[in-house]
Amino acid sequence: MANEILEEHIQNEYKWGFTTDIAADEAPRGLNEEIIKFISAKKNEPEWMLEFRLKAFRNWQNMVEPEWAHVSYTKPNFQDIIYYSAPKPKKELASLDEVDPELLKTFEKLGISLEEQKRLSGVQSNIAVDVVFDSVSVKTTFKETLAEKGIIFCSFSEAVQDHPELVKKYMGMAVPATDNFYAALNSAVFTDGSFCYIPKGVRSPMELSTYFRINASGTGQFERTLIIADEDSYVSYLEGCTAPQRDENQLHAAVVEIITHKNAEVKYSTVQNWYPGDKEGKGGIFNFVTKRGLCLEDNSKISWTQVETGSAVTWKYPSVILKGNNSVGEFYSVAVTNNYQQADTGTKMIHIGKNTRSTIISKGISAGFSNNSYRGLVQIKKGASNARNFSQCDSLLMGDKCGAHTFPYIEIKDKSGVVEHEATTSKIGEDQLFYCKQRGIDNEKAIGLIVNGYCKEVLNKLPMEFAVEAQKLLAISLEGSVG
Amino acid sequence: MISIKNLHASIGDKEILRGINLEVKAGEVHAIMGPNGSGKSTLSSVLAGREDYEVTEGEVTFNGKNLLELPAEDRAREGLFLAFQYPVEIPGVSNINFLRTALNEIRAYHGQEEMTAKDFLALVKDKSKLVELDSKLASRSVNEGFSGGEKKRNEIFQMAMLNPKLAILDETDSGLDIDALRIVATGVNKLKSKDNATIVITHYQRLLDYIVPDFVHILYKGRIVKSGGKELALELEAKGYDEIKKEFEIAD
Ligand SMILES: Nc1ncnc2c1ncn2[C@@H]1O[C@H](COP(=O)(O)OP(=O)(O)OP(=O)(O)O)[C@@H](O)[C@H]1O
Ligand SMILES: [Mg+2]
Repeated sequence: MANEILEEHIQNEYKWGFTTDIAADEAPRGLNEEIIKFISAKKNEPEWMLEFRLKAFRNWQNMVEPEWAHVSYTKPNFQDIIYYSAPKPKKELASLDEVDPELLKTFEKLGISLEEQKRLSGVQSNIAVDVVFDSVSVKTTFKETLAEKGIIFCSFSEAVQDHPELVKKYMGMAVPATDNFYAALNSAVFTDGSFCYIPKGVRSPMELSTYFRINASGTGQFERTLIIADEDSYVSYLEGCTAPQRDENQLHAAVVEIITHKNAEVKYSTVQNWYPGDKEGKGGIFNFVTKRGLCLEDNSKISWTQVETGSAVTWKYPSVILKGNNSVGEFYSVAVTNNYQQADTGTKMIHIGKNTRSTIISKGISAGFSNNSYRGLVQIKKGASNARNFSQCDSLLMGDKCGAHTFPYIEIKDKSGVVEHEATTSKIGEDQLFYCKQRGIDNEKAIGLIVNGYCKEVLNKLPMEFAVEAQKLLAISLEGSVG
Repeated sequence: MISIKNLHASIGDKEILRGINLEVKAGEVHAIMGPNGSGKSTLSSVLAGREDYEVTEGEVTFNGKNLLELPAEDRAREGLFLAFQYPVEIPGVSNINFLRTALNEIRAYHGQEEMTAKDFLALVKDKSKLVELDSKLASRSVNEGFSGGEKKRNEIFQMAMLNPKLAILDETDSGLDIDALRIVATGVNKLKSKDNATIVITHYQRLLDYIVPDFVHILYKGRIVKSGGKELALELEAKGYDEIKKEFEIAD
């Protein structure tokens, strides 16, 4: 009986699956040096930037797509992708009024009304948003307010033009252009993204946020984010993403780099909701992302929090290199897979400095026919004395057609290091559901309660507004997966 | 309040309830006793709407409604409460949040507005006093890491919060120490009114010293084989089930 109930799957509609009719300025399909030069020229880039791209591209050509992840999919044809798609008209936008109204409607549908953001300017708890549509950053809000504090928050392209010394110095520091197959690809063809610099001694007065959306068909999205926190600074950064429903698979290969100087702290939160494909597993985004933070100097801290509900295939390991002494790395993750989704996600904590600490809390939830893997590496290098790591990896299964896997790798080269690892696997219980129902709570609400309870340690790490959104998303992603 | 007629229920091929008849009126307290495995918990689960059991025959009317047609959550919203023999743990969900959700779901069902946070907290304070529940337990995750006795006490706290019409207490006394037993029983008595009713499932006469039943029924092999006043419980305590077993041995 219980199994019958579990087998029943009703469609959970992806409500962000609309496309927007906007004229786009696109590059021809395919990838070669000419395309890269085209992108670079389109963006009016300096010579060194083009060199960075070409170097990455030449390396990429000799690299092979990684196969070690616990996922299976048809590899993208990299010659069949449009590597540059910008919403037209691509001119400098002085105010929101100049943004294509269709685009604004899109954002309203996404629940981020820029108008509203603007109106709320006076309110304390507001968020500065950078919006990346297909490959191009279309609008960064609150730029002026932030500039007063010396904070630079703009599109990556603008940063290349206006702050070349910063981009040149830090780009590739955490994720070298040749780091891995997808990172190299991104380094060659990335079109835009967000850039953020917090100067010495400044705490960002608001959360900074980027919303990514893939729109045009046949395009890939390759954006880059670079966040630099100078000494004694702090910023909380949010990232959200959605994509339209399409039958084909679209590729998203992003790079995010964070660099923290002495005593600086960066909190990076993601709610990833790329289109996961339909109930039969058709379509959906391939999300192959390289995210890495570098605690460059002493006493700095980088914390990744992610709620992953979307994408057909996810390959993503937000990591921290703990180079500075006493630096701290954290990874809090909820990854939900339903239907035929596949996720191979986790983190790497590389302890180099002394007294470095890292915490990993991973909560996987698998439903339907999905596969959910945690893959984590904790490495304590020689000389990283008194390094500490605590890892906890929990898996929750809904139904008996899905899979949960844990692949923890531990390498300790310094004897004083201490690594603790805990792992549990549980099933969402009929008993728990019945208990909730007996108290008057219906099935959907009960699942929401139980799942949110299970993820609580991670959700608690998200900023308020985001936590509410994430809770709703969890409930929607799992709709109909039990009972 | 509730009227059970010829109720048969089975799990797989196994028939567990074999024709239960029971009538409980508002204001009454009924005790159900019976040896292990006789079907007491099954009866409460079936009444509460657990889907593992299949009702093969019979009718149950609850306040004029066909109970068996309602999904479990609606039975609860109609005022049926089950204090579980084995309360379930829900990690990460605070007792408070759980009860607030439950209470508001029940209110919504009756077309009432959500309770304000202030009123809700006042209610929590009031009702936790009733069962002398440690205020720390109210904010902890539902039953997680609770001792056996704390879990039982928490069930009665939830009952007090949700104010049901019919409460079924499945061995709420087991696992309680002597003081806790008295506190819980006093709580149940305070909640008693002429408009609600209680079914107490127990193995021990002791509880019935505190919660005095109007009727005592003996369940044996899925049937109520004997009913009487509170003296029946005393009789059982003295003689055990032997006589009854002999008298009602049913060929399987
Ligand atoms: N899910 C189930 N699967 C198989 N058998 C079951 C199931 N639930 C109950 N039974 C059987 O039904 C019978 C009655 O069980 P029930 O739990 O109702 O007894 P009880 O009267 O509450 O006993 P106790 O006094 O020990 O609590 C037992 O033989 C039990 O093994
Ligand atoms: Mg029982």
